[in-house]
Amino acid sequence: MIYLEIFWSFFQIGLFSIGGGYAALPLIENQVTKVHDWLTMAEFADLLTISQMTPGPIALNASTFVGTKVAGLPGAIIATVGCITPSCIIVLTLAYFYFKYKNLSSIQGILKGLRPAVVSLIASAGLSILLLAIFNEETTLNNIQLLDINIPSIIMVALGLFILRKYKTDPILVMIGTGLVGIIIYGIF
Amino acid sequence: MEKNLKFYWTLFISTFSLSAFTIGGGYVIVPLMRKKFVEELKWIDEEEMLNLVAICQSAPGPIAVNTSIMVGYRLAGLFGALLTTIGTVLPPLIIITIIAKFYTAFKENTIVNALLLGMRAGVAAVILDVIIKMTDNIIKSKNLISLAIMIVAFIAAVIIDVNAALIIVLSGAFGGFYYNYFKKAGGAE
Repeated sequence: MIYLEIFWSFFQIGLFSIGGGYAALPLIENQVTKVHDWLTMAEFADLLTISQMTPGPIALNASTFVGTKVAGLPGAIIATVGCITPSCIIVLTLAYFYFKYKNLSSIQGILKGLRPAVVSLIASAGLSILLLAIFNEETTLNNIQLLDINIPSIIMVALGLFILRKYKTDPILVMIGTGLVGIIIYGIF
Repeated sequence: MEKNLKFYWTLFISTFSLSAFTIGGGYVIVPLMRKKFVEELKWIDEEEMLNLVAICQSAPGPIAVNTSIMVGYRLAGLFGALLTTIGTVLPPLIIITIIAKFYTAFKENTIVNALLLGMRAGVAAVILDVIIKMTDNIIKSKNLISLAIMIVAFIAAVIIDVNAALIIVLSGAFGGFYYNYFKKAGGAE
């Protein structure tokens, strides 16, 4: 039955994508182009393009994209549910134990060690986003080309940061704002 | 806080709008959630948020989904987790369903591309803002061990490209060991 197959495929994608970000990519590729013939490689590439341009985790984007293609809207919903089921079970179990035992001093020590590391992980993800915003798609720390620098984008980042820190504006307004400026700068000129 | 209809609506619409505007992979949503739930709504304090993110990091699945489940559970139990999960999953489900129908036109649309390019700058600004605040908090805590963990973790994540889950496990193990044994045995901070 197709719905069960979709569910099981995306359940595995959800279960084995550890580390966030694009860690799920090879798993998705394997499930939807090799284990099942749900997408061709060209369609898979399109899926990646769309995922980069649209909000949401790539695994969820893939769920909807593949689910829709294979079995319409019910397929999309079943793939999405399959993808998040492992998260729900595992995170809720961890949450239960965390809230039960968080006051134990041994747990406190572990958490105290974890917190600065989490700040760094967020910072490292932030750095890739920043590079993407002010250079281009393929830029990483190792291949920065100063000539690729996108001046309007740097100005927007700086201005956005200034507005956020000075006026405590809602971040979503800042994102919409830079999006609209983007239309004017990149779309019209 | 009072758990009335308005509370549940805010919980749902917060995760929904964060998910709808989070372009560039799931990791981006973590600083945005922190900004929403810690700074704006003040429903969770900074330390606890970092604990929750650390736990979510060590579980498989999209980090955006994991964090939503965790935050929902923390604020309103299983029902809260259900609300925040639906809030996070709906935007990609809706957007990709629409785009999957006519994605070639979408892919080649100049205005859409310009909008997304501009929004990236906004996202980068928001994340920078959050990173500055979090780093500042660690520095202000004047805890040299925290500062050292933060710097080592950053180098490991950015330069050596160590897996995030491994960084979490190692820093937690170090914290557990250091704060429970070494410090108790009379070691200086």
